[in-house]
Amino acid sequence: MTRAFAWAGFLIGSMIFILPLLGMTEFSLSMRRGEYSFDAYASVLADPQFRATFTYSVVMALFTIVFGVLLVVPTAYWVRLRMPGLRPVVEFITLMPLVIPAIVIVFGYIRLYNTSSWLPLTGSDLGTKVLLMCGYTCLALPYMYRAVDTGLRAIDIGTLTEAAQSLGAGWTTIFGRVILPNVFVSVLSGAFLTFAIVIGEFTLAALLNQPAFGPYLQLVGANKAYEPSALAVISFGITWLCMGLIQIVARLAPKPPAQLH
Amino acid sequence: MAEPFLNIEHVRKSFGSTTVVQDFNLAVEPGEFVSFLGPSGCGKTTVLRMVAGFEEPSAGKIVIGGKDVTHLKPNQRNIGMVFQAYALFPNMTVGQNIGFGLRVAGRSRAEMDKRVKEMLALIRLPDLADRYPYQLSGGQQQRVALARALAPAPKLLLLDEPLSALDAKVRVSLRDEIRQIQKDLGITTVFVTHDQEEALSISDRIVVMYGGKAEQVGAPFEIYNRPATRFVASFVGTLNMLNGKVVDPKAGTVEIDGQKITLGRDLGKPVGAAVTLALRPEAAAIGGPGDLSLKGTVADVSFLGSVIRVRAAVGASRISFDRFNSPTTPPPVVGEPCDIKFSAGDVLVLGD
Repeated sequence: MTRAFAWAGFLIGSMIFILPLLGMTEFSLSMRRGEYSFDAYASVLADPQFRATFTYSVVMALFTIVFGVLLVVPTAYWVRLRMPGLRPVVEFITLMPLVIPAIVIVFGYIRLYNTSSWLPLTGSDLGTKVLLMCGYTCLALPYMYRAVDTGLRAIDIGTLTEAAQSLGAGWTTIFGRVILPNVFVSVLSGAFLTFAIVIGEFTLAALLNQPAFGPYLQLVGANKAYEPSALAVISFGITWLCMGLIQIVARLAPKPPAQLH
Repeated sequence: MAEPFLNIEHVRKSFGSTTVVQDFNLAVEPGEFVSFLGPSGCGKTTVLRMVAGFEEPSAGKIVIGGKDVTHLKPNQRNIGMVFQAYALFPNMTVGQNIGFGLRVAGRSRAEMDKRVKEMLALIRLPDLADRYPYQLSGGQQQRVALARALAPAPKLLLLDEPLSALDAKVRVSLRDEIRQIQKDLGITTVFVTHDQEEALSISDRIVVMYGGKAEQVGAPFEIYNRPATRFVASFVGTLNMLNGKVVDPKAGTVEIDGQKITLGRDLGKPVGAAVTLALRPEAAAIGGPGDLSLKGTVADVSFLGSVIRVRAAVGASRISFDRFNSPTTPPPVVGEPCDIKFSAGDVLVLGD
């Protein structure tokens, strides 16, 4: 009986998740009439706009990751070490991007940082890119913060910090040599999630008028038949690759010592 | 007498309205091994953390090697510290852990390697330099933590319950090892523990703490045999308490459950005053030597192998004492009357 339910669940899941995916993949391979081919993929990869927007998004993702790590790791560390009472507040703040739609965030940005504001970020190309990176960081914040916080929970940061201090280490050394290396795996999984989010993000990039991969996907989707499916399969591939890398990194990392208490 | 190496003067620590350490004073001689002993929450760890610099005293002064360090940061104090939770850096090998302090101090690679080797030899783990902490047992990890604390050649070593997380056998062997290393290096050491056996066995002096205050400071022999307060008497070792009434204060005669014993010293209390006498289990025996005796009945007998623990009832009081097992002498029988003998010199008159 339980078995039957499990199979029923699996079938329903397949119908709404795997079948469309298979259909899409099949369609992306059917550009040439009567036989399967990678023509749609070749067409996509040959498009200079694909390369430009994809590179743009990858670079933005890398900047977002660096900015996010520099923002989140010290914050999470300090909150755990010195201000544990603030943890619920910080957790709540980091959850906000999940409940506030990206469109609201970007309208807020445009309103606050437009050319006639006190900080006219949208007035220059670099400013807009900085704004976009901040927006991406914001969207990735719930994932990045949780990943890092979980990593910090696994080690006794209080005692490790004190041990390093008693050995003469200052804050930079403690952070760079003791804390960061020990949460590296968590930071990496946060980074891969950030990467996946940034690559597929549409709203922020479109409304800030930036040549990112998300708006390009939409543009192609509106104008071509087979290429959008090929692009979607490629995006899926990238996301899954990120997930796989998280797994591999987590498995390769040295195990932390057994926790006391 | 040499100038004290560590001087803690009138130190007080409050967290909000709670005072956890009050007017704490201690002078530790160079090369001395001093233990802070007390139940949890007595302030012993707080004092240690103030010496290490992790907490700042609310009042008072801490001087190490003639230098006032009260407001110095922990990383400027040149102190080695070992924690209960080992606190080895999980991302570094044993060698890197031990070399960490030297690396931070900017020593050369060659000097670091040499010192790491020396330290590994000192803790008798010469082949484990390339292991990671998670590959070591608890005892090994704590030895590495000790080596790491000693590698930068600190002037003062602080041990915060370093043996509490280990199992009993390792605890005893590592305890002796720590004491041996401490003696060899002649390093001034402060050791925090709640385990009296640990404190008694390895310290030059013990500070018994209770309620944020030092109740008594003295050598283990003195602490055990001449406890200054009721708390010290009850916390260190097992103690039989006998409640009595003063009959003759000058001669030291006390009545316990209708039986009179004379201690032969001035009790300093008026006739009829209540008095509590204390007796260590090893000081009493059935029909043993001793000039004093109390009559009672055997209330309970536990056979523990090499030792037989007997509890005898004397009126409302209970006296326990241990007897070595002997195959030819059977243990006392419950309900049997007995004559408990002890010497007047072994009886402690507890202050309040």
